[in-house]
Amino acid sequence: MPEEFKPGCQRPPIKKTNVETDIAAGPVVKEAKKSMVKVGKPAPDFTAPAFHQGKFVNIGLSELKGKWVVLCFYPGDYTFV
Amino acid sequence: MLSVSVDSVFVHKMWNDNELSKMIGHDIPFMMCSDQDGSIGKAYGIYDEDSGVETRGRFIIDPDGIIQGFEVLTPPVGRNVKESLRQLQAFQLVRASGGTEATPSGWKPGKQTLKPGPDLVGNVWQVWKVEQAFED
Repeated sequence: MPEEFKPGCQRPPIKKTNVETDIAAGPVVKEAKKSMVKVGKPAPDFTAPAFHQGKFVNIGLSELKGKWVVLCFYPGDYTFV
Repeated sequence: MLSVSVDSVFVHKMWNDNELSKMIGHDIPFMMCSDQDGSIGKAYGIYDEDSGVETRGRFIIDPDGIIQGFEVLTPPVGRNVKESLRQLQAFQLVRASGGTEATPSGWKPGKQTLKPGPDLVGNVWQVWKVEQAFED
């Protein structure tokens, strides 16, 4: 279950994804950073702070294993579409 | 269902409270994730460095954590939610069949699937018609 947190003035820390961590490994991986993920391959794991029905929680993608997940990115809140 | 943008969780709350909940009559049911450094978007290849925001990427991830499909749009054009659900239902059917069934173009729940095998090679034209791809 996502863990609730009490928000303060500090920005919540964001754990780096595997790909981001690997970038320190060298320029070959840096190229991979810009490339698209592939179908049929594992989704990069991440944890992130989230707003969910009145609460602030931390959610990790790996917590949702065993379920189908639709992950939707969008340009920004209040951006019309 | 998870949504992700570079906005803070505080802005997510305000957007939910002041606009989105008024559209649907209740709180947004899914988690609205905050990716303020864009690291999640970068990992998925949909972060736009020039504008500092995430493009409209949508990923279907199966129960094993495998990406089954994605779609990426530039900001001005919204997604087709029905198409996302159709794809999700198709992937669920294929998974439930253990890979023995496939969904042809335009497939929707209740419509004909295909069972790939030696007998079907070269014979799809006999069991499936192009018009089926355009049926409602």
